Amino acid sequence: MNTSAQLSNAKLKGRLLKDKLFTYTLIFLAFLSSVPLFLILFELIKKGYKQINISFFYKVAPDTMEAMVAVKNNEIIPGGIANGIVGTLIIVGMASLIAIPLGIICGMYLAENSKGKFAGIVRFIVDMLQGVPSIVLGVIGYIWIVKPITGGFSSLAGSVALSIMMLPSIVRSTEETLKMIPETLKEAALSLGVPYHKTMLRVVLPSGISGIISGVILGISRIAGETAPLMLTALGSAAISTDITEPSSAIPLLIWEFYNDPNLVDMIWSASLFLLFLILCLNLTAKAIAKRWKVQY
Amino acid sequence: MNSEKIFRYLLIGSGVLIVLIALGIVTTLFIGAIPSFKEFGFGFIYSTEWNPTQGRESYGALPFIIGTLVTSILALLLTFPFAFSISLFLGEYFRNGKLPSFLRSVIDLLAGIPSVVYGLWGFYALRPIITDLGLNAQGFGIFTSSIILAIMIIPYASSLGSEVISMVPGNLKEAAYSLGATRFEVVKTVIIPNAGSGIFAGYILALGRAIGETMAVTMLIGNSNKIPTGIFDLGNTMASLIANQFGEADGLKYTSLVEIGLLLFVITGIVNYLGKLIMKKLSA
Repeated sequence: MNTSAQLSNAKLKGRLLKDKLFTYTLIFLAFLSSVPLFLILFELIKKGYKQINISFFYKVAPDTMEAMVAVKNNEIIPGGIANGIVGTLIIVGMASLIAIPLGIICGMYLAENSKGKFAGIVRFIVDMLQGVPSIVLGVIGYIWIVKPITGGFSSLAGSVALSIMMLPSIVRSTEETLKMIPETLKEAALSLGVPYHKTMLRVVLPSGISGIISGVILGISRIAGETAPLMLTALGSAAISTDITEPSSAIPLLIWEFYNDPNLVDMIWSASLFLLFLILCLNLTAKAIAKRWKVQY
Repeated sequence: MNSEKIFRYLLIGSGVLIVLIALGIVTTLFIGAIPSFKEFGFGFIYSTEWNPTQGRESYGALPFIIGTLVTSILALLLTFPFAFSISLFLGEYFRNGKLPSFLRSVIDLLAGIPSVVYGLWGFYALRPIITDLGLNAQGFGIFTSSIILAIMIIPYASSLGSEVISMVPGNLKEAAYSLGATRFEVVKTVIIPNAGSGIFAGYILALGRAIGETMAVTMLIGNSNKIPTGIFDLGNTMASLIANQFGEADGLKYTSLVEIGLLLFVITGIVNYLGKLIMKKLSA
Protein backbone atom coordinates (compact mmCIF):
# COMPACT_ATOMS: atom_id res chain seq x y z
CA MET A 1 0.00 0.00 0.00
CA ASN A 2 1.47 3.38 -0.88
CA THR A 3 1.55 6.26 1.54
CA SER A 4 -1.14 8.37 -0.03
CA ALA A 5 -3.64 5.51 0.27
CA GLN A 6 -2.68 5.08 3.93
CA LEU A 7 -3.12 8.77 4.45
CA SER A 8 -6.58 8.86 2.92
CA ASN A 9 -7.51 5.75 4.85
CA ALA A 10 -6.55 7.47 8.09
CA LYS A 11 -8.46 10.53 7.01
CA LEU A 12 -11.58 8.47 6.35
CA LYS A 13 -11.29 6.84 9.75
CA GLY A 14 -11.02 10.26 11.31
CA ARG A 15 -14.15 11.43 9.55
CA LEU A 16 -16.08 8.36 10.58
CA LEU A 17 -14.89 8.75 14.16
CA LYS A 18 -15.99 12.36 14.18
CA ASP A 19 -19.37 11.33 12.88
CA LYS A 20 -19.78 8.69 15.58
CA LEU A 21 -18.66 11.03 18.34
CA PHE A 22 -21.12 13.65 17.18
CA THR A 23 -24.00 11.19 17.10
CA TYR A 24 -23.30 9.87 20.59
CA THR A 25 -22.87 13.36 22.05
CA LEU A 26 -26.13 14.34 20.46
CA ILE A 27 -28.04 11.41 21.92
CA PHE A 28 -26.41 11.93 25.30
CA LEU A 29 -27.23 15.63 25.49
CA ALA A 30 -30.78 15.12 24.21
CA PHE A 31 -31.52 12.61 26.93
CA LEU A 32 -29.64 14.54 29.59
CA SER A 33 -32.28 17.26 29.07
CA SER A 34 -34.94 14.90 30.33
CA VAL A 35 -33.16 14.34 33.66
CA PRO A 36 -34.47 17.53 35.36
CA LEU A 37 -38.05 16.46 34.65
CA PHE A 38 -37.58 13.17 36.48
CA LEU A 39 -35.67 14.81 39.31
CA ILE A 40 -38.51 17.29 39.78
CA LEU A 41 -41.21 14.62 39.61
CA PHE A 42 -39.25 12.41 42.04
CA GLU A 43 -38.78 15.25 44.51
CA LEU A 44 -42.45 16.26 44.39
CA ILE A 45 -43.71 12.72 44.85
CA LYS A 46 -41.20 11.80 47.55
CA LYS A 47 -41.89 14.86 49.66
CA GLY A 48 -45.47 15.53 48.72
CA TYR A 49 -47.38 12.29 48.93
CA LYS A 50 -47.73 12.08 52.72
CA GLN A 51 -49.72 15.28 53.07
CA ILE A 52 -52.26 14.24 50.47
CA ASN A 53 -55.39 12.80 52.07
CA ILE A 54 -59.06 13.59 51.88
CA SER A 55 -58.91 16.64 54.12
CA PHE A 56 -56.26 18.06 51.81
CA PHE A 57 -59.05 18.74 49.32
CA TYR A 58 -61.79 20.14 51.54
CA LYS A 59 -59.98 22.00 54.31
CA VAL A 60 -58.53 25.46 53.94
CA ALA A 61 -54.83 26.17 54.33
CA PRO A 62 -53.59 25.88 57.94
CA ASP A 63 -52.20 28.88 59.77
CA THR A 64 -48.64 29.02 60.98
CA MET A 65 -49.39 28.11 64.61
CA GLU A 66 -51.36 24.97 63.78
CA ALA A 67 -48.63 23.85 61.44
CA MET A 68 -45.89 24.55 63.95
CA VAL A 69 -47.61 22.47 66.65
CA ALA A 70 -48.17 19.61 64.22
CA VAL A 71 -44.58 19.61 63.02
CA LYS A 72 -43.34 19.67 66.62
CA ASN A 73 -45.45 16.61 67.49
CA ASN A 74 -44.23 14.90 64.34
CA GLU A 75 -47.73 14.77 62.88
CA ILE A 76 -48.73 15.72 59.41
CA ILE A 77 -49.89 19.31 59.07
CA PRO A 78 -53.69 19.58 59.35
CA GLY A 79 -55.65 21.40 56.68
CA GLY A 80 -55.56 21.45 52.95
CA ILE A 81 -55.71 23.66 49.94
CA ALA A 82 -59.47 23.99 49.47
CA ASN A 83 -59.27 27.80 49.32
CA GLY A 84 -56.70 27.47 46.57
CA ILE A 85 -58.68 24.93 44.59
CA VAL A 86 -61.87 27.01 44.71
CA GLY A 87 -59.93 30.17 43.88
CA THR A 88 -58.19 28.58 40.91
CA LEU A 89 -61.50 27.20 39.62
CA ILE A 90 -63.18 30.60 39.85
CA ILE A 91 -60.29 32.63 38.46
CA VAL A 92 -59.46 30.25 35.62
CA GLY A 93 -63.17 29.71 34.91
CA MET A 94 -63.86 33.41 34.59
CA ALA A 95 -60.75 33.95 32.49
CA SER A 96 -61.99 31.19 30.16
CA LEU A 97 -65.44 32.78 29.96
CA ILE A 98 -63.81 35.97 28.74
CA ALA A 99 -61.13 34.51 26.49
CA ILE A 100 -62.79 31.50 24.82
CA PRO A 101 -65.62 33.25 22.93
CA LEU A 102 -63.46 36.20 21.94
CA GLY A 103 -60.58 33.93 20.97
CA ILE A 104 -62.67 31.59 18.84
CA ILE A 105 -64.48 34.40 17.03
CA CYS A 106 -61.22 36.20 16.36
CA GLY A 107 -59.62 32.96 15.16
CA MET A 108 -62.54 32.53 12.78
CA TYR A 109 -62.07 36.08 11.53
CA LEU A 110 -58.36 35.49 10.85
CA ALA A 111 -59.01 32.16 9.11
CA GLU A 112 -61.64 33.77 6.88
CA ASN A 113 -59.49 36.77 5.99
CA SER A 114 -56.09 35.23 5.42
CA LYS A 115 -54.98 38.05 3.10
CA GLY A 116 -56.75 41.15 4.43
CA LYS A 117 -54.73 44.10 5.65
CA PHE A 118 -56.57 44.59 8.94
CA ALA A 119 -56.45 40.85 9.58
CA GLY A 120 -52.69 41.06 9.12
CA ILE A 121 -52.53 43.74 11.80
CA VAL A 122 -54.69 41.65 14.14
CA ARG A 123 -52.48 38.60 13.52
CA PHE A 124 -49.38 40.63 14.30
CA ILE A 125 -50.93 41.94 17.52
CA VAL A 126 -51.98 38.47 18.63
CA ASP A 127 -48.37 37.34 18.12
CA MET A 128 -47.13 40.27 20.17
CA LEU A 129 -49.68 39.59 22.94
CA GLN A 130 -48.36 36.05 23.12
CA GLY A 131 -44.97 37.42 24.12
CA VAL A 132 -46.11 39.85 26.82
CA PRO A 133 -44.58 38.75 30.15
CA SER A 134 -47.18 37.53 32.62
CA ILE A 135 -46.04 39.98 35.30
CA VAL A 136 -46.81 42.90 32.98
CA LEU A 137 -50.33 41.53 32.56
CA GLY A 138 -50.50 41.47 36.36
CA VAL A 139 -49.71 45.19 36.39
CA ILE A 140 -52.42 45.71 33.76
CA GLY A 141 -54.97 43.76 35.83
CA TYR A 142 -54.06 45.91 38.80
CA ILE A 143 -54.44 49.20 36.95
CA TRP A 144 -57.60 48.22 35.02
CA ILE A 145 -59.57 46.37 37.68
CA VAL A 146 -58.07 46.54 41.17
CA LYS A 147 -57.79 50.31 41.33
CA PRO A 148 -60.91 51.61 39.53
CA ILE A 149 -63.47 48.78 39.67
CA THR A 150 -63.12 46.52 42.66
CA GLY A 151 -61.30 49.06 44.79
CA GLY A 152 -58.99 46.39 46.15
CA PHE A 153 -57.39 43.11 45.20
CA SER A 154 -59.92 40.77 43.61
CA SER A 155 -60.24 37.50 41.75
CA LEU A 156 -61.90 39.41 38.90
CA ALA A 157 -58.67 41.31 38.32
CA GLY A 158 -56.77 38.03 38.26
CA SER A 159 -59.18 36.62 35.70
CA VAL A 160 -58.80 39.62 33.41
CA ALA A 161 -55.00 39.34 33.53
CA LEU A 162 -55.09 35.60 32.84
CA SER A 163 -57.70 35.94 30.08
CA ILE A 164 -55.38 38.23 28.10
CA MET A 165 -52.69 35.62 28.62
CA MET A 166 -54.68 32.70 27.25
CA LEU A 167 -56.26 34.64 24.37
CA PRO A 168 -53.40 34.31 21.83
CA SER A 169 -53.16 30.53 22.02
CA ILE A 170 -56.91 30.15 21.49
CA VAL A 171 -56.92 32.55 18.54
CA ARG A 172 -53.99 30.87 16.84
CA SER A 173 -55.18 27.29 17.37
CA THR A 174 -58.65 28.19 16.07
CA GLU A 175 -57.15 29.89 13.04
CA GLU A 176 -54.75 27.04 12.27
CA THR A 177 -57.47 24.42 12.63
CA LEU A 178 -60.05 26.24 10.51
CA LYS A 179 -57.48 26.87 7.78
CA MET A 180 -57.05 23.12 7.39
CA ILE A 181 -60.73 22.58 6.69
CA PRO A 182 -61.21 22.31 2.92
CA GLU A 183 -62.88 25.19 1.13
CA THR A 184 -65.16 22.69 -0.65
CA LEU A 185 -66.97 21.92 2.60
CA LYS A 186 -67.88 25.57 3.00
CA GLU A 187 -68.78 25.91 -0.67
CA ALA A 188 -71.05 22.88 -0.46
CA ALA A 189 -73.00 24.41 2.41
CA LEU A 190 -73.18 27.82 0.76
CA SER A 191 -74.35 26.31 -2.54
CA LEU A 192 -77.26 24.69 -0.71
CA GLY A 193 -78.36 28.17 0.26
CA VAL A 194 -77.18 28.01 3.86
CA PRO A 195 -76.48 31.55 5.03
CA TYR A 196 -72.86 32.46 5.70
CA HIS A 197 -73.10 32.65 9.48
CA LYS A 198 -74.84 29.28 9.69
CA THR A 199 -72.23 27.76 7.41
CA MET A 200 -69.49 29.01 9.68
CA LEU A 201 -71.16 28.11 12.98
CA ARG A 202 -72.87 24.85 12.02
CA VAL A 203 -70.56 23.38 9.39
CA VAL A 204 -67.04 24.80 9.51
CA LEU A 205 -66.68 25.31 13.27
CA PRO A 206 -67.94 21.82 14.26
CA SER A 207 -65.58 20.16 11.76
CA GLY A 208 -62.66 21.80 13.49
CA ILE A 209 -63.95 21.44 17.02
CA SER A 210 -61.26 18.99 18.18
CA GLY A 211 -58.41 21.29 17.29
CA ILE A 212 -60.18 24.24 18.87
CA ILE A 213 -60.96 22.38 22.10
CA SER A 214 -57.42 21.12 22.43
CA GLY A 215 -56.16 24.67 21.89
CA VAL A 216 -58.51 25.92 24.61
CA ILE A 217 -57.39 23.23 27.06
CA LEU A 218 -53.75 24.03 26.37
CA GLY A 219 -54.55 27.69 27.02
CA ILE A 220 -56.14 26.75 30.35
CA SER A 221 -53.18 24.62 31.34
CA ARG A 222 -50.90 27.50 30.51
CA ILE A 223 -52.63 29.87 32.93
CA ALA A 224 -53.52 27.39 35.69
CA GLY A 225 -49.97 27.43 37.05
CA GLU A 226 -49.41 31.17 36.77
CA THR A 227 -48.38 32.85 40.00
CA ALA A 228 -46.86 36.21 39.18
CA PRO A 229 -49.90 38.03 37.75
CA LEU A 230 -52.09 36.75 40.60
CA MET A 231 -49.72 38.20 43.19
CA LEU A 232 -50.58 41.65 41.88
CA THR A 233 -54.30 41.02 41.41
CA ALA A 234 -55.98 38.23 43.39
CA LEU A 235 -53.42 38.55 46.21
CA GLY A 236 -54.56 35.49 48.21
CA SER A 237 -56.99 34.81 51.01
CA ALA A 238 -57.04 32.48 53.99
CA ALA A 239 -60.71 31.60 53.59
CA ILE A 240 -62.65 30.18 50.67
CA SER A 241 -63.83 33.22 48.75
CA THR A 242 -66.55 33.10 46.11
CA ASP A 243 -67.10 36.84 45.79
CA ILE A 244 -65.29 37.89 42.64
CA THR A 245 -64.75 41.44 43.91
CA GLU A 246 -62.83 40.16 46.94
CA PRO A 247 -59.27 38.84 47.19
CA SER A 248 -59.02 35.15 46.53
CA SER A 249 -56.43 32.44 46.82
CA ALA A 250 -55.31 30.09 44.06
CA ILE A 251 -53.18 26.95 44.15
CA PRO A 252 -50.02 28.64 42.81
CA LEU A 253 -50.51 31.52 45.26
CA LEU A 254 -50.76 29.02 48.12
CA ILE A 255 -47.50 27.42 47.02
CA TRP A 256 -45.91 30.85 47.18
CA GLU A 257 -47.34 31.44 50.67
CA PHE A 258 -46.18 28.05 51.93
CA TYR A 259 -42.75 28.78 50.49
CA ASN A 260 -42.51 31.98 52.47
CA ASP A 261 -43.58 30.38 55.76
CA PRO A 262 -40.98 28.04 57.28
CA ASN A 263 -43.62 26.19 59.31
CA LEU A 264 -45.61 25.24 56.24
CA VAL A 265 -42.75 23.85 54.17
CA ASP A 266 -44.22 20.34 54.13
CA MET A 267 -47.35 21.65 52.45
CA ILE A 268 -45.44 23.09 49.48
CA TRP A 269 -44.70 19.73 47.97
CA SER A 270 -48.21 18.38 48.22
CA ALA A 271 -49.71 21.53 46.71
CA SER A 272 -47.13 21.50 43.91
CA LEU A 273 -47.69 17.82 43.26
CA PHE A 274 -51.43 18.42 42.96
CA LEU A 275 -50.97 21.45 40.68
CA LEU A 276 -48.57 19.59 38.45
CA PHE A 277 -50.90 16.60 38.29
CA LEU A 278 -53.75 18.91 37.29
CA ILE A 279 -51.72 20.55 34.51
CA LEU A 280 -50.40 17.24 33.20
CA CYS A 281 -53.96 15.91 33.03
CA LEU A 282 -55.05 18.97 31.05
CA ASN A 283 -52.11 18.55 28.66
CA LEU A 284 -52.80 14.86 28.13
CA THR A 285 -56.50 15.53 27.55
CA ALA A 286 -55.66 18.17 24.97
CA LYS A 287 -53.31 15.78 23.20
CA ALA A 288 -55.79 12.91 23.28
CA ILE A 289 -58.56 15.09 21.86
CA ALA A 290 -56.34 16.43 19.11
CA LYS A 291 -55.21 12.92 18.18
CA ARG A 292 -58.54 11.14 18.45
CA TRP A 293 -60.70 13.53 16.51
CA LYS A 294 -58.12 14.78 14.11
CA VAL A 295 -59.56 16.63 11.12
CA GLN A 296 -59.11 14.33 8.17
CA TYR A 297 -60.13 14.94 4.60
CA MET B 1 -80.35 44.16 10.84
CA ASN B 2 -80.22 40.53 9.87
CA SER B 3 -78.16 37.89 11.58
CA GLU B 4 -75.87 37.65 8.57
CA LYS B 5 -74.72 41.22 9.09
CA ILE B 6 -74.48 40.84 12.85
CA PHE B 7 -72.21 37.86 12.35
CA ARG B 8 -69.88 39.76 10.03
CA TYR B 9 -69.72 42.67 12.45
CA LEU B 10 -69.02 40.24 15.25
CA LEU B 11 -66.05 38.79 13.36
CA ILE B 12 -64.53 42.19 12.62
CA GLY B 13 -65.49 43.41 16.10
CA SER B 14 -63.44 40.66 17.71
CA GLY B 15 -60.42 41.78 15.72
CA VAL B 16 -61.04 45.40 16.70
CA LEU B 17 -61.39 44.39 20.35
CA ILE B 18 -58.03 42.60 20.31
CA VAL B 19 -56.38 45.65 18.78
CA LEU B 20 -58.03 47.80 21.47
CA ILE B 21 -56.78 45.49 24.23
CA ALA B 22 -53.23 45.76 22.92
CA LEU B 23 -53.46 49.54 22.54
CA GLY B 24 -54.99 49.68 26.01
CA ILE B 25 -52.05 47.80 27.49
CA VAL B 26 -49.55 50.14 25.86
CA THR B 27 -51.34 53.36 26.80
CA THR B 28 -52.02 52.18 30.34
CA LEU B 29 -48.33 51.49 30.89
CA PHE B 30 -47.39 54.82 29.30
CA ILE B 31 -49.83 56.83 31.41
CA GLY B 32 -48.78 54.98 34.56
CA ALA B 33 -45.13 55.72 33.85
CA ILE B 34 -45.56 59.45 33.15
CA PRO B 35 -44.98 60.72 36.73
CA SER B 36 -41.80 58.68 37.01
CA PHE B 37 -40.64 59.88 33.61
CA LYS B 38 -41.32 63.51 34.61
CA GLU B 39 -39.23 63.04 37.75
CA PHE B 40 -36.25 61.16 36.33
CA GLY B 41 -36.45 61.61 32.54
CA PHE B 42 -34.27 59.32 30.48
CA GLY B 43 -31.91 59.11 33.44
CA PHE B 44 -34.26 56.42 34.74
CA ILE B 45 -32.81 53.99 32.22
CA TYR B 46 -29.16 54.50 33.12
CA SER B 47 -29.40 55.47 36.78
CA THR B 48 -28.09 52.76 39.09
CA GLU B 49 -29.82 53.78 42.29
CA TRP B 50 -32.96 52.16 43.68
CA ASN B 51 -33.58 53.94 46.94
CA PRO B 52 -37.07 53.89 48.46
CA THR B 53 -36.09 55.79 51.64
CA GLN B 54 -38.67 58.49 52.36
CA GLY B 55 -37.49 61.96 51.33
CA ARG B 56 -34.47 60.67 49.41
CA GLU B 57 -36.39 58.56 46.94
CA SER B 58 -34.55 57.89 43.74
CA TYR B 59 -35.20 55.19 41.21
CA GLY B 60 -33.21 53.87 38.30
CA ALA B 61 -33.61 50.79 36.16
CA LEU B 62 -30.07 49.98 35.05
CA PRO B 63 -29.25 47.25 37.61
CA PHE B 64 -32.45 45.43 36.66
CA ILE B 65 -32.04 45.84 32.92
CA ILE B 66 -28.50 44.44 33.20
CA GLY B 67 -29.66 41.69 35.57
CA THR B 68 -32.44 40.69 33.18
CA LEU B 69 -30.23 40.61 30.10
CA VAL B 70 -27.34 38.80 31.78
CA THR B 71 -29.58 36.13 33.34
CA SER B 72 -31.51 35.41 30.19
CA ILE B 73 -28.57 35.48 27.78
CA LEU B 74 -26.62 33.17 30.09
CA ALA B 75 -29.66 30.89 30.23
CA LEU B 76 -29.79 30.84 26.45
CA LEU B 77 -26.10 29.92 26.22
CA LEU B 78 -26.58 27.13 28.74
CA THR B 79 -29.64 25.79 26.97
CA PHE B 80 -28.05 25.90 23.51
CA PRO B 81 -26.19 22.52 23.43
CA PHE B 82 -29.21 20.70 24.81
CA ALA B 83 -31.84 22.40 22.67
CA PHE B 84 -29.70 21.98 19.56
CA SER B 85 -29.19 18.28 20.27
CA ILE B 86 -32.89 17.79 20.79
CA SER B 87 -33.71 19.63 17.56
CA LEU B 88 -31.33 17.47 15.56
CA PHE B 89 -32.38 14.31 17.36
CA LEU B 90 -36.07 14.86 16.62
CA GLY B 91 -35.74 16.61 13.29
CA GLU B 92 -33.07 14.51 11.61
CA TYR B 93 -31.60 11.51 13.43
CA PHE B 94 -34.65 9.84 14.92
CA ARG B 95 -37.89 11.12 13.47
CA ASN B 96 -40.21 8.24 14.25
CA GLY B 97 -40.31 5.53 16.84
CA LYS B 98 -40.66 5.05 20.55
CA LEU B 99 -37.52 6.90 21.67
CA PRO B 100 -38.29 10.20 19.95
CA SER B 101 -41.92 10.12 21.02
CA PHE B 102 -40.71 9.58 24.59
CA LEU B 103 -38.39 12.57 24.28
CA ARG B 104 -41.20 14.62 22.76
CA SER B 105 -43.49 13.91 25.72
CA VAL B 106 -40.70 14.75 28.16
CA ILE B 107 -40.26 18.11 26.49
CA ASP B 108 -44.00 18.77 26.51
CA LEU B 109 -44.06 17.99 30.21
CA LEU B 110 -41.10 20.30 30.86
CA ALA B 111 -43.08 23.08 29.19
CA GLY B 112 -46.07 22.35 31.42
CA ILE B 113 -44.34 22.62 34.80
CA PRO B 114 -45.37 25.90 36.45
CA SER B 115 -42.69 28.47 37.04
CA VAL B 116 -43.22 28.44 40.81
CA VAL B 117 -42.51 24.67 40.92
CA TYR B 118 -39.26 25.21 39.01
CA GLY B 119 -38.40 27.84 41.57
CA LEU B 120 -39.06 25.45 44.45
CA TRP B 121 -36.94 22.76 42.88
CA GLY B 122 -34.17 25.27 42.27
CA PHE B 123 -34.37 26.42 45.88
CA TYR B 124 -34.40 23.01 47.54
CA ALA B 125 -32.46 20.83 45.11
CA LEU B 126 -30.20 22.99 42.95
CA ARG B 127 -29.18 25.68 45.46
CA PRO B 128 -27.46 23.23 47.88
CA ILE B 129 -25.38 21.89 44.98
CA ILE B 130 -24.28 25.41 44.04
CA THR B 131 -23.34 26.06 47.68
CA ASP B 132 -21.42 22.76 47.92
CA LEU B 133 -19.47 23.63 44.82
CA GLY B 134 -18.46 26.84 46.56
CA LEU B 135 -19.67 29.01 43.70
CA ASN B 136 -21.67 31.23 45.99
CA ALA B 137 -22.12 31.34 49.77
CA GLN B 138 -25.90 31.04 49.82
CA GLY B 139 -26.42 29.43 46.47
CA PHE B 140 -28.56 32.33 45.26
CA GLY B 141 -27.64 34.49 42.32
CA ILE B 142 -27.59 34.99 38.60
CA PHE B 143 -25.94 31.66 37.79
CA THR B 144 -28.50 29.65 39.77
CA SER B 145 -31.43 31.44 38.13
CA SER B 146 -29.88 31.02 34.70
CA ILE B 147 -29.61 27.24 35.14
CA ILE B 148 -33.29 27.02 36.05
CA LEU B 149 -34.25 29.36 33.20
CA ALA B 150 -32.16 27.24 30.83
CA ILE B 151 -34.16 24.15 31.78
CA MET B 152 -37.42 26.08 31.48
CA ILE B 153 -36.75 27.33 27.95
CA ILE B 154 -35.48 24.03 26.49
CA PRO B 155 -38.94 23.28 25.01
CA TYR B 156 -39.25 26.70 23.39
CA ALA B 157 -35.69 26.73 22.05
CA SER B 158 -35.88 23.23 20.59
CA SER B 159 -39.36 23.00 19.07
CA LEU B 160 -38.97 25.46 16.20
CA GLY B 161 -35.51 24.05 15.46
CA SER B 162 -36.69 20.48 15.09
CA GLU B 163 -39.49 21.67 12.84
CA VAL B 164 -37.23 23.52 10.40
CA ILE B 165 -34.60 20.78 10.47
CA SER B 166 -37.21 18.22 9.47
CA MET B 167 -38.22 20.46 6.57
CA VAL B 168 -34.76 20.52 4.97
CA PRO B 169 -35.32 19.03 1.50
CA GLY B 170 -34.37 15.35 1.28
CA ASN B 171 -32.70 15.62 -2.13
CA LEU B 172 -30.14 18.10 -0.80
CA LYS B 173 -29.16 15.66 1.92
CA GLU B 174 -29.11 12.76 -0.54
CA ALA B 175 -26.86 14.72 -2.88
CA ALA B 176 -24.37 15.19 -0.05
CA TYR B 177 -24.55 11.53 0.95
CA SER B 178 -23.97 10.43 -2.64
CA LEU B 179 -20.74 12.44 -2.65
CA GLY B 180 -19.61 10.35 0.29
CA ALA B 181 -20.40 12.76 3.11
CA THR B 182 -20.85 11.36 6.61
CA ARG B 183 -23.97 12.27 8.55
CA PHE B 184 -22.04 14.80 10.61
CA GLU B 185 -20.84 16.44 7.42
CA VAL B 186 -24.39 16.52 6.11
CA VAL B 187 -25.46 18.26 9.30
CA LYS B 188 -22.60 20.72 9.02
CA THR B 189 -22.78 21.54 5.33
CA VAL B 190 -26.45 21.02 4.43
CA ILE B 191 -28.73 21.12 7.45
CA ILE B 192 -27.23 23.99 9.42
CA PRO B 193 -26.89 26.36 6.44
CA ASN B 194 -30.45 25.49 5.42
CA ALA B 195 -32.21 25.54 8.76
CA GLY B 196 -29.86 27.90 10.59
CA SER B 197 -32.02 30.99 10.54
CA GLY B 198 -35.07 29.02 11.71
CA ILE B 199 -33.09 27.50 14.57
CA PHE B 200 -31.83 30.97 15.42
CA ALA B 201 -35.36 32.39 15.39
CA GLY B 202 -36.35 29.71 17.90
CA TYR B 203 -33.56 30.83 20.24
CA ILE B 204 -34.62 34.45 19.95
CA LEU B 205 -38.20 33.55 20.90
CA ALA B 206 -36.88 31.47 23.81
CA LEU B 207 -34.85 34.49 24.91
CA GLY B 208 -38.07 36.50 24.97
CA ARG B 209 -39.53 33.86 27.30
CA ALA B 210 -36.53 33.98 29.60
CA ILE B 211 -36.62 37.78 29.83
CA GLY B 212 -40.23 37.82 31.01
CA GLU B 213 -39.99 34.89 33.40
CA THR B 214 -40.79 35.89 36.95
CA MET B 215 -41.38 33.41 39.75
CA ALA B 216 -38.47 30.98 39.41
CA VAL B 217 -36.07 33.90 39.09
CA THR B 218 -37.57 35.75 42.06
CA MET B 219 -36.99 32.72 44.25
CA LEU B 220 -33.38 32.21 43.21
CA ILE B 221 -31.67 35.42 42.13
CA GLY B 222 -31.22 36.91 45.59
CA ASN B 223 -33.03 40.18 44.88
CA SER B 224 -30.17 42.60 45.29
CA ASN B 225 -30.70 46.05 43.85
CA LYS B 226 -27.11 46.58 42.73
CA ILE B 227 -25.48 45.96 39.39
CA PRO B 228 -24.12 42.39 39.53
CA THR B 229 -20.32 42.16 39.43
CA GLY B 230 -20.15 38.66 37.99
CA ILE B 231 -22.31 35.71 37.09
CA PHE B 232 -22.08 34.22 40.59
CA ASP B 233 -23.16 37.49 42.19
CA LEU B 234 -26.66 38.26 43.42
CA GLY B 235 -28.83 40.34 41.15
CA ASN B 236 -32.39 41.15 40.25
CA THR B 237 -34.45 41.17 37.09
CA MET B 238 -37.12 43.62 36.00
CA ALA B 239 -39.88 41.03 36.30
CA SER B 240 -38.86 39.86 39.74
CA LEU B 241 -38.47 43.43 41.00
CA ILE B 242 -42.08 44.13 40.05
CA ALA B 243 -43.24 40.89 41.67
CA ASN B 244 -41.42 41.71 44.90
CA GLN B 245 -42.19 45.37 45.34
CA PHE B 246 -45.43 46.13 43.53
CA GLY B 247 -47.69 45.00 46.36
CA GLU B 248 -46.78 47.66 48.90
CA ALA B 249 -45.80 50.37 46.45
CA ASP B 250 -47.39 53.78 46.07
CA GLY B 251 -46.45 57.24 44.85
CA LEU B 252 -43.14 57.56 43.08
CA LYS B 253 -42.18 53.94 43.67
CA TYR B 254 -45.42 52.73 42.13
CA THR B 255 -45.00 54.75 38.96
CA SER B 256 -41.33 53.74 38.73
CA LEU B 257 -42.38 50.09 38.88
CA VAL B 258 -44.93 50.72 36.12
CA GLU B 259 -42.15 52.30 34.06
CA ILE B 260 -40.04 49.18 34.66
CA GLY B 261 -43.05 47.19 33.42
CA LEU B 262 -43.20 49.39 30.33
CA LEU B 263 -39.48 48.86 29.66
CA LEU B 264 -39.91 45.10 30.12
CA PHE B 265 -42.85 45.18 27.71
CA VAL B 266 -40.79 47.09 25.15
CA ILE B 267 -37.74 44.83 25.47
CA THR B 268 -39.72 41.58 25.12
CA GLY B 269 -41.67 43.19 22.27
CA ILE B 270 -38.47 43.98 20.36
CA VAL B 271 -36.99 40.52 20.98
CA ASN B 272 -40.17 38.75 19.88
CA TYR B 273 -40.50 41.01 16.86
CA LEU B 274 -36.96 40.13 15.77
CA GLY B 275 -37.74 36.43 16.16
CA LYS B 276 -40.90 36.71 14.07
CA LEU B 277 -39.08 38.78 11.46
CA ILE B 278 -36.47 36.06 10.98
CA MET B 279 -39.23 33.44 10.76
CA LYS B 280 -41.09 35.48 8.15
CA LYS B 281 -37.98 35.92 6.01
CA LEU B 282 -37.60 32.17 6.24
CA SER B 283 -41.06 31.30 4.98
CA ALA B 284 -41.01 33.93 2.21
